[in-house]
Amino acid sequence: MITFTPRDKVSKNWTIMGPALSIFFTVFFGLLIFALLGYDPLETLYQIFISPFSRIDRISDVFVKACPLIIIGIGLMLCFRANVWNIGAEGQFIMGTLLAGSFALLFPNVENKLLIFIMIFIGFVGGALWAFIPAILKTKLNVNEILVSLMLVYVAMLFIDFIVRGPLRDPMSFGFPLSKPYSDGALINKIPFPGIGYLGQLHYGVLFIVLLIPFSWLFVNKTLSGFKINVLGAAPKAARFAGFKQNAITITVLLISGGLAGVAGVIEVSANIGQLQPEVSFGYGFTAIIVAFLGRLNPVGILFAGIIIATVKLGADNAQMSMGIPKVVTGLFEGILLFFLLTGETLQKYKIKWSKVKK
Amino acid sequence: MGKEKGSELLLKATKINKSFGDFSANKDIDIDIAKGEIHALLGENGAGKSTLVKIFYGVLKPDTGSIEINNKEVSISSPNSARKNGIGMVFQHFSLFPALTVAENILIALDEKVKFKDLISEISKLSKEWELFVDPLKRVSELSVGEQQRVEIIRCLMQNPKLLIMDEPTSVLTPQEISNLFKILKRLASSGCSILYISHKLEEIIEIADQVTILKSGKSIATIDAKKTTTKFLAETMVGKEITALKKVNTKTSSKDIALELKNLNKPNETNFGISLKNINLQVNYGEILGIAGIAGNGQVELMEVLSGETITDNENEILLESIPIGFKDITERRQLGIETIPEERTLHATVPNLTISENTFLTYFSKYNKTDNIISNLLNNHQNSLIESEKILKDNDVRCPEVNPLANQLSGGNLQKFILGRSLANNPKVAIFSQPTWGVDIGAATSIRQKLLNLSQNEKAVILISQDLEEIFELSDQICVINNGTLSKIMPVDKVTAADVGLLMGGKLDIDSELEIIK
Repeated sequence: MITFTPRDKVSKNWTIMGPALSIFFTVFFGLLIFALLGYDPLETLYQIFISPFSRIDRISDVFVKACPLIIIGIGLMLCFRANVWNIGAEGQFIMGTLLAGSFALLFPNVENKLLIFIMIFIGFVGGALWAFIPAILKTKLNVNEILVSLMLVYVAMLFIDFIVRGPLRDPMSFGFPLSKPYSDGALINKIPFPGIGYLGQLHYGVLFIVLLIPFSWLFVNKTLSGFKINVLGAAPKAARFAGFKQNAITITVLLISGGLAGVAGVIEVSANIGQLQPEVSFGYGFTAIIVAFLGRLNPVGILFAGIIIATVKLGADNAQMSMGIPKVVTGLFEGILLFFLLTGETLQKYKIKWSKVKK
Repeated sequence: MGKEKGSELLLKATKINKSFGDFSANKDIDIDIAKGEIHALLGENGAGKSTLVKIFYGVLKPDTGSIEINNKEVSISSPNSARKNGIGMVFQHFSLFPALTVAENILIALDEKVKFKDLISEISKLSKEWELFVDPLKRVSELSVGEQQRVEIIRCLMQNPKLLIMDEPTSVLTPQEISNLFKILKRLASSGCSILYISHKLEEIIEIADQVTILKSGKSIATIDAKKTTTKFLAETMVGKEITALKKVNTKTSSKDIALELKNLNKPNETNFGISLKNINLQVNYGEILGIAGIAGNGQVELMEVLSGETITDNENEILLESIPIGFKDITERRQLGIETIPEERTLHATVPNLTISENTFLTYFSKYNKTDNIISNLLNNHQNSLIESEKILKDNDVRCPEVNPLANQLSGGNLQKFILGRSLANNPKVAIFSQPTWGVDIGAATSIRQKLLNLSQNEKAVILISQDLEEIFELSDQICVINNGTLSKIMPVDKVTAADVGLLMGGKLDIDSELEIIK
C-alpha cells in the first residue's frame, strides 16, 4: 500500500529534485514514445522544446501565444482562490470578443486608436456579463457554477457561429462565414523595433501582461479584497466570521475573471485575426485552467506556466510542420509533461511510504 | 492482585506501540482487563486513548506488541476478527443510517445471515432483557441520541461480546440518560461482560469504574483502583501537575444594568439540516455570566450565528444592546459596538488554519485599520497592519508558538484557543459570547480560560457561555438556561436549580414552571 503524508516543511532536496525528476522522466518517456512510433526522438524533442526558442522571432511568438493564456489564467486564479469554479472562460472569451467586435464593425472607417481601448473595455463588459449568469444563479439559487459556466461555453460557440454566418457576415466574403475586416482603429499593431523591424507576431497587446502580473500580485497579496478572496477559498465559515460577504466576493471574482477572458479575446482577435469568424478561441479558455493550476494560483507562477504551455503548443506545431508528427502524438507528449510536473509537485509536498499489505 | 471480583484475566495487552510518522501515539502500553470488570481509560485529548481502543477493535494495527484473550495470543486484523474474538465497540459518533429502521441497521452490521423476522424477535428479547427500550421497527431518524446509543449497544450484544468498548459514551447524553446508561453497563458487567470505558470525565469514572488506567502522551502512567481514589488525584495524575483552583469572587450587587437582550427572536432554518430558533427571550446583565446548557445540535450553532451577526435577524428589534436595536447590524458592526463572539469551531471558523497568526488577527481586526480619509491606505490595508497587535496577543496570553508568527495550524488546540480568546478580549468587549470555550482543551488551558471568563464578569462585562459541559456551566454561571430543539427555557439563578432540573430541560421532557414547583 502507498501512503502519502504531508511534509512538515518543504524539503530542500525535493525543491530541486522534484522539478529535475519531472524533466528527466518527461524526456525519458518522450524519447521512448517517439522512438517506438518511428520518429527521430532527439529531433522531435528539439522541435518541441528548443525550436520555439531557436530564433528571436520565435521567442516573441511564444509570448504572443502565451498572452491570452496568461490573461485568462490570472482571472481564473481569483476564482479558484475563492473556491469558485469558473470552467467557462472559453465562453466568456467568445462573448467578450463578439460584443467588442460587433461594436468595432459599427465604425468601418475609424483610424483613431481610441477605438481599440473602447473595445477592450467593451470586451471586459461582454465577458463579465456572460460570467454574471453563473454568478447570479449561484448566489441567488445556489446553482452549481461549474455546470452553468461550462454549458454557456457551447451557447457562446453556437451564438458567434450564428452571428458571423448571419447578421454580421461580410457580403463580400464569397460565402465564407466571416465578418467584415476591422477598421485600423480596431487593430492592435505589431511592435516595430528600430533597425530590426518586427519580431515575429509580437504586438502591443503583450504589454497588457506586463501591467497585469504586478498589479494582480499586489491585489492578491497586499489588499483587503485579495485577502477576502483567499479567506473565502480557504475557510468559508471563517470568512463569514470575519464579516466578509460571500455572495459579493463570488460575484466579483466571476465578473473579473469573465471580464479578463473577454479582454484576452479582444486582444487576440484584434492583434492576430482582424475580423470575427466562427472560431476565435482555439480552446484558450480551457487551456488557461491548466495554466492557472500549473502556476499554483500565483501570478508569477502563471506567467511561467503560460510560457511553458505556449512553448509546447508551438513546439508541437513545429514538429508537425517539419516532421509530420500528428497532433495526437504531441498531445500525448503534453499529457506526459503535465503528469510529471504535477507528480514532481506532489513529491515536494508529501512523503511517500510503501508498505506491504499483510493478509 | 486481590480484587474481590473478576480476578480472572480476559484481555492482556503487552507493550503496545503505534506511531504515525514521527509521532508515537502509543508507547509500550500494558493493560490488563479482568472478566466482568469495568475498566476506565482516562487521559486528555491526544493522550492515545482512541488509538489504543482502535487497536483492540482491529481498526488500527499495532507496530509492535501482543494481545492475549483468555491467555491465548490473538491477532486482531479487522473489526470483523475483533467481533469473532468477542470484542464489540460503541463509537463516539454513531454509524447508523437515519433513513433505515433499527432492525435494518442492525441487519447491515451482522456478519452472519439471519432471517429478518428472527432478528426482530431477537432485538425485542435483548431490549427487554437489558431494559434498553428500543423498538426494532422505528426509524433511526426518529430516535433521540440516547436511544441511538442503545441501538449501538444492542448491535454489540447480538454478538455476545466478552468485552464491550465504549468511546466517550456520555458526551452527548443528558444526566438522566447517563444514569440510565450506567445502570445498563453495571448490569452487563455483573453478568460477566467486561467493559472498557473511555472518558476524560473524572466523576463518571469514579462512579462507574472498578479500575482506571491513566494515559499521558501515549504512555500508560498508572493503573489505580477507581473506588479508592479521588477526582483531584486522577486529574493531577492525568495532567502531571497541580491544578490551580478558580478564584471566584462574589460581587452580588443588587441591581445590574441590562447589556444584551433577545426579544421573541424567531429564525426559521435556512437549510433542511438546521434548527429553527423559536420565540427566544434572553437577557444578560453587566457583571454576570449567563450559562446556556444543552445537548449539541439543539440550536446552539444557530443561536451563535444570530448573536454574532453572521446572520442578521428578520426584525431589527429582536436583538437589543443597551435597549438599542441591533438586529440588522452585521458581525463587523457588532464588533465595533463591543460584542465579541468566540465560535465553537476553532479551526476553519474562528481561524483559517493555513494562514499566519498575524493574518488571523487581521481577520477580525481589518476594519480597525480603515480610515475614512485615505483611500490608498484602505486599498492596501493588509495583515502587515496587525503584526504588532498579533505579537502582543501571543505574549499577553502566554500562547506558546514554535516560531515567530506561525501558521494557525502549527499551534496546539489549547494554544490556539488562548490566541482566539486573546484576540477577542484585546478588543475590550462589553459583551463576550463563548461557545464551548474549553472543548477538547487540556485541563491547564481550560482552567486559565475559565478564569478569564470569571475575570470578565468581575470587570462588569456581560458574558454568555454556551456549553455542553454541565460542570462548567454550574461552576461559572450566575444565571442558567437551557436550549432544546431551538427553544430556550426560562432563565434561572444558578443557586435555584440542580443539575437534575437542567438535565430534564436538556432532554426537553418537562415544562420548567411545573418542574420548579415540584422542587419547591
